[in-house]
Amino acid sequence: MKRYEILEEISKTFTDQLVICNIGIPSKELYDIKDREKNFYMLGSMGMVSSIAFGLAISQPEKQIWSIDGDGSTLMNLGTLCTIGSNLPPNLTIITIDNGAYGSTGNQSTHTERNTDLAQIARGAGFKDVRVVRKKEEIVSTLENLDSQCTFILIKGEPGNKQLPVIPLSPVEIKNRFVDSME
Amino acid sequence: MDTDIKLYNEIKKSGINLLLSVPCAMLKGLIKVINKKGKIQHIPATREEEAVGIAVGAYMGGKVPLILMQNSGLGNSINAIKSLAQLYEIPLIFMMSHRGAEGEKIVAQMPMGSITTDLLQCADIKNYTVKSHSDIPKIKDAVEYAKTHKSSVSILLKRTLWEEN
Repeated sequence: MKRYEILEEISKTFTDQLVICNIGIPSKELYDIKDREKNFYMLGSMGMVSSIAFGLAISQPEKQIWSIDGDGSTLMNLGTLCTIGSNLPPNLTIITIDNGAYGSTGNQSTHTERNTDLAQIARGAGFKDVRVVRKKEEIVSTLENLDSQCTFILIKGEPGNKQLPVIPLSPVEIKNRFVDSME
Repeated sequence: MDTDIKLYNEIKKSGINLLLSVPCAMLKGLIKVINKKGKIQHIPATREEEAVGIAVGAYMGGKVPLILMQNSGLGNSINAIKSLAQLYEIPLIFMMSHRGAEGEKIVAQMPMGSITTDLLQCADIKNYTVKSHSDIPKIKDAVEYAKTHKSSVSILLKRTLWEEN
């Protein structure tokens, strides 16, 4: 399954979660599937998506925060898994779509295509609840059955992008409507 | 009063309620005071760029975060400063030790130390240099500026600050 299908499944479970979405095509695809004020589309700064989600989670402990990360971007900022794994805010869920490729730059292989196992890395970083999803039909049930603890979910997929236009929102519009949606 | 306690008190008075840190030998006393007092939430980060990401999320969640680091961390975080914080008009407050400047003994600190103030200017980060106890109130000014203008500021701590103890 490709990222677009994975995002379609994930979006079926959206209620009031605040979602920080990864740079590039993942954000364009999520915007196309289900735009909402509670989505923060990260347009620059590859690697930062789960760090942003963590900062939000510790500041808004009553709200559910989801990070939609990728394999290439997780590899770029692996240290943040250790910071999150050492603090484990119970309202934070990291969903990493692992398609073994740098999708937005031409599907070059990442190290997860060879020997690197992000689920094992998450366990080593301190996550107590690590789940690996390989089947499309398991995505919704996994996300609808989260325990109230910090969770790392690795969804294995295959490379492939949908051709979509640039998101027609300015960065400040994305931020303002996202922040206003918390009130 | 001890420099580190003065710095801590001013940080607290400025309304900072989240500290993200990557350590520096010049900051070891301050970090010790922060941990001992335990009044401001303190989260160590693995890298300065990561701290920028956390600060952006925390700011959107209503916190007033401060990133405590060495000036070398500016080099590690420049892309996130530009294409995350400044792109979304989210202010960052850096407090950084100025290594590679006057009195530096480690040669490896010199290359970054010598370009730090130019780099701040180039990145459009307003700098407040704190070199003596009488400069410490600048911390509050910097925080106020960041809040009012929604733009990033740097509080650059010079080695001479600790020579007044």
